[in-house]
Amino acid sequence: MEIGLAHYLTVSAILLTLGIFGIFLNRKNVIVILMSIELMLLAVNINLVAFSAYLGNLVGQVFALFILTVAAGEAAIGLAILVVYFRNRGTIAVEDIHHMKG
Amino acid sequence: MIISTIAFYLFAAMTIASAFMVISAKNPVHSVLYLILAFFNSAALFVLLGAEFIAMILIVVYVGAVAVLFLFVVMMLDINFAELRQGFLQYLPIGGLIGLILLIELILVVSGWALSPEAIQVGSQAAPLMTDLTNTEQIGQVIYTDYAYLFQIAGMILLVAMIGAIVLTNRSRPGVRKQNIARQVYRRPEESMAVRKVEPGQGV
Repeated sequence: MEIGLAHYLTVSAILLTLGIFGIFLNRKNVIVILMSIELMLLAVNINLVAFSAYLGNLVGQVFALFILTVAAGEAAIGLAILVVYFRNRGTIAVEDIHHMKG
Repeated sequence: MIISTIAFYLFAAMTIASAFMVISAKNPVHSVLYLILAFFNSAALFVLLGAEFIAMILIVVYVGAVAVLFLFVVMMLDINFAELRQGFLQYLPIGGLIGLILLIELILVVSGWALSPEAIQVGSQAAPLMTDLTNTEQIGQVIYTDYAYLFQIAGMILLVAMIGAIVLTNRSRPGVRKQNIARQVYRRPEESMAVRKVEPGQGV
């Protein structure tokens, strides 16, 4: 059976759903939430590269490269904030993070 | 043909299974390791699609940098992860419901969707694939010419992220002895040395 565009789109849809599911499932653990966000970005990348390959157009791959850049920066900043928060508060439980509440 | 089909199903199944383990593993270290497995398998999917450059960049950036960063943070922070897992089953029904609804929507979109032939022609005009060049050469020809500004902006984003991470996590602790090179260079012999005459048989 020929592997078509729809196969890749299905894989990426399942990955995106698992990422969103992971955010709801691990509502207390910020690290796993960040990992779920990485999974969702990976799903987006699979989508873009699949469209790029099947439409014969390189722009999707270039765009996937930039998404990769932003994902790397986002992970670095997010984990830095997490480390600083843990240093100040001694916990990373999500429900304790309500300092900015007015 | 059959081999590439088998490879697709193998890599796709491994990607999804390891993504599921990422969100359901008890130990966050295991989550990070499954995340690495998911990245490797999706890189293999990219190779099957003919996008070798993105696949290799995915391994270098995600496995080499992001996943190791996650591993480092998980091991550095002293957190009681069992405590954080309480209420895991409490959120399972609502999360499962939302995930199921989203998955059904996405499947409806994917199955009831068709590409018009004009769209393919319009799409491939922007940067068409040149089959006589390798994937890396094609991306290199596009990324430094047509998308040079975006490339520069990507570099700026990485620079800002790097500076931000350093500024956030850097702290000056009191009581730490540090080397002050300017002070060392400007030291004079008069202020750092004293010549004493010591008589024999007596101390200083």
